[in-house]
Amino acid sequence: MEPTKHAIVPKHTKVSDKEKQDLLDTYGITLRELPRILIKDPGLGKLDVKEGDVVKVARTSPTAGESFFFRRVVAT
Amino acid sequence: MAEEAPPEAEATEVVATPEGAPESTPESTPESTPESTPESTPESTPEGAPEGAPEEGDMVVEPRVPLTPEEERALREKFEATTRYVNKKVTSIFFGLLGPRMIKKMARSKIVTPELYDKEGYPVDGGLMDVRLGVIDPGLRCKTCGSKLKECIGHFGYIEIARPVIHINFVKIVHTMLQCSCRECGRVLIPDENIQKAREELEQIETDEGVEARRDAVKNFVSSTKKMSKCPHCNAKQEKITLEKPTTFMADAERRITPIEIRSRLEKIPDNDCWVFGVNPESARPEWMVLTVLAIPPVTVRPSITLESGERSEDDLTHKLGDIVRINQRLFENINAGAPEIIVEDLWDLLQYHVTTFFDNEVAQLPPARHRSGQPLKTISERIKSKEGRIRHNLAGKRTNFCARTVISPDTMLAINEVGVPKVIAMKITVPEIINEWNREYLKKFVENGPTKYPGANYLVRPDGKKKKITDETKEAILEELQPGYVVERHLIDGDVSVFNRQPSLHRMSMMCHKVRVLPGRTLRLNPAVCAPYNADFDGDEMNLHLPQTEEARAEAEILLDVQTQLISPGYGGSAIGCIHDGISGNFVLTKFIDLTYQEAVDLLCAIGLFNVDKLPNKKIITGKELFSTLLPDDFTFHGKSKNGEEVVVEKGQLVKGVIDQKTVGGEGAGEMIRALQKEYGSQQTIDIIHSIFKLGIEVLLHTGISAPVSDIDMPKAANTKIQELLVQAEEEVAQIIQDFEGGQLEAHPGRTVKETIELRILEILNKARNSCGDTIREHFTEGLNSTSIISSGARGNILNIVQMAACVGQQALRGKRIDKGYKGRTLSCFKHGDLKPESRGFVRNSFRKGLNPKEFFFHAITGRDSLMDTALRTPKSGYLYRRLANAMQDLKVEHDKTVRDANGRIIQFLYGEDGIDVSRSEKGTVNVDRITRQS
Repeated sequence: MEPTKHAIVPKHTKVSDKEKQDLLDTYGITLRELPRILIKDPGLGKLDVKEGDVVKVARTSPTAGESFFFRRVVAT
Repeated sequence: MAEEAPPEAEATEVVATPEGAPESTPESTPESTPESTPESTPESTPEGAPEGAPEEGDMVVEPRVPLTPEEERALREKFEATTRYVNKKVTSIFFGLLGPRMIKKMARSKIVTPELYDKEGYPVDGGLMDVRLGVIDPGLRCKTCGSKLKECIGHFGYIEIARPVIHINFVKIVHTMLQCSCRECGRVLIPDENIQKAREELEQIETDEGVEARRDAVKNFVSSTKKMSKCPHCNAKQEKITLEKPTTFMADAERRITPIEIRSRLEKIPDNDCWVFGVNPESARPEWMVLTVLAIPPVTVRPSITLESGERSEDDLTHKLGDIVRINQRLFENINAGAPEIIVEDLWDLLQYHVTTFFDNEVAQLPPARHRSGQPLKTISERIKSKEGRIRHNLAGKRTNFCARTVISPDTMLAINEVGVPKVIAMKITVPEIINEWNREYLKKFVENGPTKYPGANYLVRPDGKKKKITDETKEAILEELQPGYVVERHLIDGDVSVFNRQPSLHRMSMMCHKVRVLPGRTLRLNPAVCAPYNADFDGDEMNLHLPQTEEARAEAEILLDVQTQLISPGYGGSAIGCIHDGISGNFVLTKFIDLTYQEAVDLLCAIGLFNVDKLPNKKIITGKELFSTLLPDDFTFHGKSKNGEEVVVEKGQLVKGVIDQKTVGGEGAGEMIRALQKEYGSQQTIDIIHSIFKLGIEVLLHTGISAPVSDIDMPKAANTKIQELLVQAEEEVAQIIQDFEGGQLEAHPGRTVKETIELRILEILNKARNSCGDTIREHFTEGLNSTSIISSGARGNILNIVQMAACVGQQALRGKRIDKGYKGRTLSCFKHGDLKPESRGFVRNSFRKGLNPKEFFFHAITGRDSLMDTALRTPKSGYLYRRLANAMQDLKVEHDKTVRDANGRIIQFLYGEDGIDVSRSEKGTVNVDRITRQS
């Protein structure tokens, strides 16, 4: 079974380096302040990410329709 | 007690201060002790105080003469000393061990005798109650520091222990250290080059992942070095060291290692190697974990109490320490007398036991030390640990003075932000009021009344902080003494600010600020409109009342906690407060059915305390809608829906269409009209309107009367026959299905067994039957009946209750299934095994009105008891879950960029609520764009 294809698994995409920098700048944060996601998280599927990358998660939200979360990939 | 910038710009000019720091103006007199500083709130210092005769110079500031810089500095230092400013910030704390040398250094007395007092009852020198250890008797001064009781924090003592004993709390670390260090050379059993690497690695882990991770890493190191059998430094063979709980160590499971040996082995571990164990040798040398000197806590930690009989009763800790000293003495004597080793060892073990239980009397393998009465002693660990311990009970526990708790009862005549306080409480709880020139006479009256006559006063506080009880005897003298600067603790009077609370305090509306109304009686009274936010009813509920004692606290309570500021719930963005019960049904009846004469209308308005009858239209007959409209602001416009889906229209303050019901004026988020009123006119006015609507509803019902007679559930004959037909039909259907099932013709639903299928089918049929009963009743639901008014206004009850009374109680369900418990294969012994008929599985065919037969009654009782048990068991469970949630989320905060972050600044949510809407400023969670555009 492919979890990323399941209807309730939100879509994960890798954030480019530029977007990543923009993100950090908008919130005035460093990577440390981002929520984390394990590199072996099944939601990442076949996404080509390494430690320190940022992943964008598009979740459906009961209040806003769709909302975006950003998570930093960690090994442990 | 922060000093705000000097409120009175002093008649004489304040001398320019070196740094211009506001604190440097010695505005409160230098003599004022820290305790009396609260009085120096703005109010206390009369503005431009007309210096009355400075009798004792208590409050009066000496006339200002320009000060020399030295004087200025001296004054400031004195002032700062009295205000006890702490300018330092705690950045980190570290914990370490007390070594023997440190213990001796901080000790003021060496304890040598277990005796506490001599024949005269005076503490023995070198005893456990030595006067040098602190004061616990009022009036005495400390022999060490010279301060009085409550000022002296106490001083440590120490005893020299005859033979070392192990500290029970460090047994585990001692064990691992023994396992991982060489018995000969004391080095860690890791080759030199790896030690350095290990240390570096640990540092790395700490900077990367924090202290927690470092601790885990230490654990891993230790478990891997344990297995070494040969020292990599001196090649000595290692023994296998086991711990025989609680405190005995064995080498190779045959030889006992004495604490002396343990200590000498720990001493051998070099400082550098300690780091590998996660121990900082500067603050915690390993050998300090084996005690040679025991610190004796100050007497202030273990005060003795004098019983009524004059006998002294010592604290548990003192008892325990007495045991230690006694055994220690005997051990000394035996060693010096050269007693046989067995005796010495026995005593040694006993000493170990006493020292262990002194620290922790709940060690698993040891019998706890007990009082003579048999109850276990509470020693150091038990004092700190668990719910009743120092931390959770005393430090994290929240208890206050100036509070009251009793049963609550309703009073609709109280304003919504008032609370009725019984006189007995009002005379017990006091509010401090500071005397100044203007309120002197006013406060004098309270003092004159004294503590026994209502509005009186119980205490007088002098500016030096001395508190005097006002009694009939002292009254005269106190009246003489009264002058500005004194504080009168007077009884509660109407309008005092209080904080009212009902547990469980699950949301912020559980604590609101109410104004006091002193009333006769013995219960706390509240307006039923605020029952919803408190989740209170009057079946014996109790509530707490707190009285803020400072101006700051009162201001805070009024600004942040006042009932009207809590009107809109941050949970759902609607009004938490609204009409309930009669407040709803009364207005429903009024706006739907009633026409009044002008006189009646005026009568009603006056009854609810509104005398602006000119708002009534000048007509002979006034409709209920017109009467209701007089309560609304003149320019109020509202479009909404009532409970039955009809439109409700208010235009220019006139209710032109629709009826008022729970959806317009109800509480708990339901009342849309209330939400609209709040948006337009603000909370204060809304609260007043809610109150008059509520009172109007009740007054209407007082005039028309409302009750639910049995005749309300009388159904026409046609309806009754229809209902009976429906039930019979359903029973036949079920019988058919059962027949199919027994004949094996019943087809299973996909994914279900046949048995499950039949249950589902039967349930479905029976529920359908009752629902059709409900429909039948609804068809015959006559408007204008009291019961129907109550139900369709949303005040209480629903149609199902009527169905159960009039037609059929229906299937009793236990955990979502029909009742199948009881006997084997049947629910009651009067049924056959495997009987699936509705009546044998908890279907109650009768109505409450007709009455239940014994079997039905029993089934009904089963579900009734079950739901009772369920609520009783679920409440504490959900309470605990809530507590954990609240603890986990307590310092999450919405930042200015609308992100939700924790205390470390880490992002939890990128946009608060994912839509960035502040629910308490929204209308039920959304921004009403339509209304906003209409407005502009």
